[in-house]
Amino acid sequence: MKYLSNVTSLQYIPEKCAGCGRCVDVCPHSVFVMKDKKAEVIDKDLCMECGACALNCEFGAITVDSGVGCASAIINSMIYGGEPSCDCSGSPSTGASGGCC
Amino acid sequence: MRYSVEPGLCAIGEPDSESDVFVSANYKLSFDILRRKLKGMNAWILVLDTKGINVWCAAGKGTFGTDELVRQINQIELHKVVNHRRIIVPQLGAVGVNARAVQQATGFRVHFGPVHAKDIPAYIAAGYKKTEGMRLVKFSMLDRLVLTPMEINPAMKKYPVFALIVLMLFGLQPSGILFKDALSGGLPFLLLGLTSVLSGAFVTPVMLPFIPFRSFAIKGFITGMLAVFLITKSFGLTGLSTISAYLFFPVASSYIALQFTGSTTFTSMSGVKKELKIAIPIYLTTTALSQLLLVIYKLFQWEIL
Repeated sequence: MKYLSNVTSLQYIPEKCAGCGRCVDVCPHSVFVMKDKKAEVIDKDLCMECGACALNCEFGAITVDSGVGCASAIINSMIYGGEPSCDCSGSPSTGASGGCC
Repeated sequence: MRYSVEPGLCAIGEPDSESDVFVSANYKLSFDILRRKLKGMNAWILVLDTKGINVWCAAGKGTFGTDELVRQINQIELHKVVNHRRIIVPQLGAVGVNARAVQQATGFRVHFGPVHAKDIPAYIAAGYKKTEGMRLVKFSMLDRLVLTPMEINPAMKKYPVFALIVLMLFGLQPSGILFKDALSGGLPFLLLGLTSVLSGAFVTPVMLPFIPFRSFAIKGFITGMLAVFLITKSFGLTGLSTISAYLFFPVASSYIALQFTGSTTFTSMSGVKKELKIAIPIYLTTTALSQLLLVIYKLFQWEIL
């Protein structure tokens, strides 16, 4: 399944890639493949912006705005400001009200 | 019921200083699955304190992260427990764990293991190598189905307020509130409310890949439109209140469907932001229009217009 096309904030700078393959290893949607000892983005639209690749790229070749992709969290952040956060569903004791994590 | 387990080190079988170390969250369900899949092996499980949240979500929040992993390794003095310097972190933990930083701080080399614990035996047998299938996150119909109660519940919490407004509106007459009118006029609308919740929170998630368009807002709108069509046809509804229903309920279904983006395994924040930017003005406009039509409908009913 793919989400909207051409929206991801994923940026990859091939010149900085040292070919360690970590991005291929951590991406849950196979956005990257190794080709000629360098990473290559095969389909940007598969990216869900989880941020695992950017966090684990030692060479700073990848950037992505990772964050909570939950509609109510984003609406809350639009109204009250700040970054969207998962805490929309309240504390565990009051019972989670949403499926979002 | 408690959903968390004690953080710290836990032994599976009879592990020794050469046994593998698997890192887990202290969410009981995740931990139990890992423990079950490791049955028959001798291994260590290092449980991080993720406040009872699963690995992927906790990694997104940062509680399953570099700092907590380093803290636990140091606290239990893992370098005295095992002779090797290798820890296996579930791949989805990579959202919060910087492997390089962990190695620099503790000397332990992070191997990102398979997404699912069931693949661990094959992963180890292959010499700590994942196949592509072990790396990928899927989202099957069953995965989606089990999530729907978490979509239906919050939507239904708002239903009593909606029902009250509908009954008031249809029952309200110049002479007072008539229960007969409230029920006969309001019933189709009460049903429309229920079907919008179902189309947005159940049908859309379950049928997700089969509904056209990639936008969740459009998917929810389509299923909501079908629901309104079915209900208004079966009640033989016409007139202003029906137009009002066509304006409001598909949009309600769309809004509810959009909430499901928070539970999927493939939607992105940038995408949801884009959807909201377009959808919210439409939601507000159509809701206002539909309410205006209902007011006009009432004024006609009262023979004021």
